[in-house]
Parts: sequence; structure tokens; C-alpha cells
Amino acid sequence: MNKKTFLSFPYLLWMVAFIVIPLFVIVYYGFTAMDGNFTIDNVKSILDPINLKSLWLSLELAFISTLICLILAYPLAMILKGMNMNNNSFIVLIFILPMWMNFLLRTLAWQTLLDRSGIINTALTALHLPTIDVINTPAAIVIGMVYNFLPFMVLPIYNVLIKIDNNTINAARDLGANNIQTFIKIIFPLSFPGVVSGITMVFVPAMTTFVISDLLGGSKILLIGNVIEQEFTVSNNWNVGSGLSLVLMIFILFSMALIAKYDKASEGTNLW
Amino acid sequence: MVKKISQRIYIFLLFLFLYAPILTLIVLSFNASKSRARWGGFTLEWYTELFNDEQIMTALTTTLIIAFLSALIATALGTFASIGINSMKRRWKSLFLNITNIPMLNADIVTGISLMLLFIGFRELFKIDFELGFTSVLISHITFNIPYVVLSVMPKLSQTDKSTYEAALDLGATPAFAFFKVILPDIFPGVITGFLLAFTMSLDDFVITHFTKGPGIDTLSTKIYTEVRKGIKPEMYALSTLLFVTVLVLLLIINSKSSKHQRA
Repeated sequence: MNKKTFLSFPYLLWMVAFIVIPLFVIVYYGFTAMDGNFTIDNVKSILDPINLKSLWLSLELAFISTLICLILAYPLAMILKGMNMNNNSFIVLIFILPMWMNFLLRTLAWQTLLDRSGIINTALTALHLPTIDVINTPAAIVIGMVYNFLPFMVLPIYNVLIKIDNNTINAARDLGANNIQTFIKIIFPLSFPGVVSGITMVFVPAMTTFVISDLLGGSKILLIGNVIEQEFTVSNNWNVGSGLSLVLMIFILFSMALIAKYDKASEGTNLW
Repeated sequence: MVKKISQRIYIFLLFLFLYAPILTLIVLSFNASKSRARWGGFTLEWYTELFNDEQIMTALTTTLIIAFLSALIATALGTFASIGINSMKRRWKSLFLNITNIPMLNADIVTGISLMLLFIGFRELFKIDFELGFTSVLISHITFNIPYVVLSVMPKLSQTDKSTYEAALDLGATPAFAFFKVILPDIFPGVITGFLLAFTMSLDDFVITHFTKGPGIDTLSTKIYTEVRKGIKPEMYALSTLLFVTVLVLLLIINSKSSKHQRA
């Protein structure tokens, strides 16, 4: 065995202790009642109409947000590729920089922007345009999700796009393909692993968030993340909370499998 | 020409979307009115008040200490791990990288809950005196930070030439000496990127801290979350603006230096 391999042992121990074992602890809590006996009631509580409704709403909003992110991000990534920046880290920086303004404050700022008498509506009124009334609606939550997770869509797509050899594209053109054909037959298939990465990187956090719905949904709209958070912090029912988390983990595992299938070549997520 | 202009407009609109909330917060930090919805005139009051607010200052110190320590420890663990992983056979390598991906792909809420349950379960099982607090938050932050380091260092490692390290050993260097003289300089940009990413992620985290922090300790994020209901203190906007502008200036300096370097 290679001596250098031992260098990764502290890391292995750390990851087993704080990543793998904790996941089993959730499984344990999820399948036991308060008295410690085996039960599947916690997981079955997802079938409660209220929980089922919030799970469905979460899936719906996460789907819409992911779609919007993809539609916005792909052209942006193409344009950024076309600009031929010699400094790729600069593009990553532009997207990382907002994170130095606290996540909660950034999301709260959308309240100020979207409010009935907020900045956007004031501007619209000044321009004699009809005002928008989205605050505390699912639409506001979608805006918050797209805003927070758009970078996770742009960066993986951009990273695969800049790796595409321009000669491949030129060859397609030389052989008579027009712009649309080149895109459908060459560029899009080659960028597909990045698209899959981006989709999972947006869908999972969007589906599981409880903060964005809390801040922009006026705490009336409950997503599955809110339900789970409240089981832990308000009702103190860790078993039901864990059971519901297990349901979430099914979706997460599914996206991990998807990434593993399409992202073999790059050995890891394409994000950075 | 039309294409170029429409591209520019598209980029401009998207960056407006990304930076509009930040501009809003910067403007709010100069707003004399405490309400987020009303402009009450220009003031620098919040910037002076900020340094007298003990709670905010404590939360800031905690946040920075946790961000620094977790990034530092994660960078050490992650860099060594990458070197180890890089020398593994393909099958082991992909197993390790898959484990590394878990905290990145997993939902924050699940990671946070699982760690909280682990800490509390550990305490109950071994009947030891361990309260959720600084240590549990630090451990959690290191855990979600390591993947960023590994994913920044691994690409640099696969670019390095194995034979230079072997040459150093042949010429009589100890493995440790060869590491510091040959491998580390090669992968150093990746290590720094990893550290900075880890620091930023730790600073910006709310969800995982929320579940693992216990009652006695607050970071800026959790402090803001408790303030949401009763109204955010404008000092928070001032503090965020200061943090943001500091980082912006630092990055511009680094970026102009490194692009000069690249041209040379």
C-alpha cells in the first residue's frame, strides 16, 4: 500500500464520524418511537394531508425555480464563454462575492424590494406601469430561490462549456451545420454533465429550504423544510422530524445517483 | 453588433438581479429611519453605534473565529486527504470522492439535523457532559468545509508531475521536506482557493449553525434570524456593508495583482 495513502486517514475518520454515522443516527431516530421501539409511523407521517401538501408544494416550487435558473443560466454561461476571459477565477468571484453579505440579509432585502410599497413598486408607479403584488406568495419564494441558487447553475455549466474544444464546434460548422444544429448536436450534449450538476445543485437546496419560505412567504406558506424544522425546534418531536428527513433523503439520493451517472469524467462536482 | 449589445444587456440585467439586494442593504445602512420600507434621510449613526453594540460585536467575533478555525482545520485535513486520495487506485479514489460529495449534495437541513442528533445521541449514550455550543458548531463547519478544500486541491494535484517529487526523494530529500519544497508550491493556489471558499461558506452558513449551536452562542446569521421577528437592527446592515466592501477591495487588489502577473 502506498505510504501517501495514510495521509487521508484522518480525513476518512472525520468523514465517517461526522458524515456517515450521523446519517445512520437519523435513520435510527426515524424508525423508532419516543420509547425506542421500532416503528414506521414517523416515515408514514408524510402521508398526513398537511405534510403531503407541503411536500408537493416544495417539489413544485423547486421544479419551477430549477427551470427558471436553467433558462437564465445557460445563455449567461454561453455569453461568458464567448467573452474569452483569460481569468476564469474572476467569474467565480463575481458569483461568490454576494455571499459576504449575509444570506439572511440578502433574502430579507428582497422583502424591501418586493413589498407592496417597496422599491420595485415605487419604480413601477413612477413609470406609470402596473404594480406587482408578490410578497408573501409562492412567487416571492421562487424569486428568492432563483436569486440564491442561480450561481450553482451558472458555474457548473460555464465550467463544462469552457472545456469544449473550439475545434469541435468549428468542425461542425465546416461540415455545414448551422448555429442551431451545432448547438443541438454538439454544444448541448457536451455540456450535459454540467447541466445535470447544476440541476441537482439547485433542486436539492430549493426543495429543502425553510429560510427562504420563512422570510419571503410570510410564514404562512409551509414547505417540507419548514415542517421538519418545526418538528425539531417547536414541537420537539425528533422522531417524526427524522422520519420526514428520511423522505427528503430519498430525493437527495436520487439526485446523487443522477450526478454519479453523468459526472464520471470530472470525478466530482463541476462546481468549482 | 446587435448580438453583442443584446448580450451586454442580458448580462447587465442578470447582474442587476444578483446585486440589487446587496445595493439595497448598502443603502439601508445609511438610512436614518429604522424601518426597512421608508427612507428617512442619510446618516452614519449605525456605523458608529455598531462598535458600541456588545451583542453584535460578540456575534461577529464568534463568527470570524469559527470561520477562521474551521477553514484552517478543513484546509489541513483536506489538503493531506487530497494527496492521499490522489495516490489511490481508481476504485478507492472514486469511493473517497463520493463520500466527499455527500455534504455538498446533501440538503443543509439534513446535515444540520444529523449532526445535532449525533452530538446529543453521543452525550446520552456515554453520559458525558457535552453541551451544544462553540465546539459542536466548529466541528460541523469543518465537516461541511472539507469538501470545498478537497475539490479545490484535487485538480491542482492531478496537474503536478509525479516525477519531480520522486526526483526530490532520489536526491535525498525526506518525504516531509519534499512535500514542502516540491508538492506544496505546486498546489498552493488550490490550497488558498480552498481556504477562502471554506471561510466564505462558514461565514455565510445559517442552517447548519441553527441546528448545532445550542442556546448559549450566536453567530451573525443566527443573531439576524432571531432579530427577523422583532426587526433587524440597522447596525447589522452597517456591519454587512463593511464586511462586503472590505472583501470587495481585497479581491480587487488580489485580482489586479494576479492578472498583472499573468500578463508578465
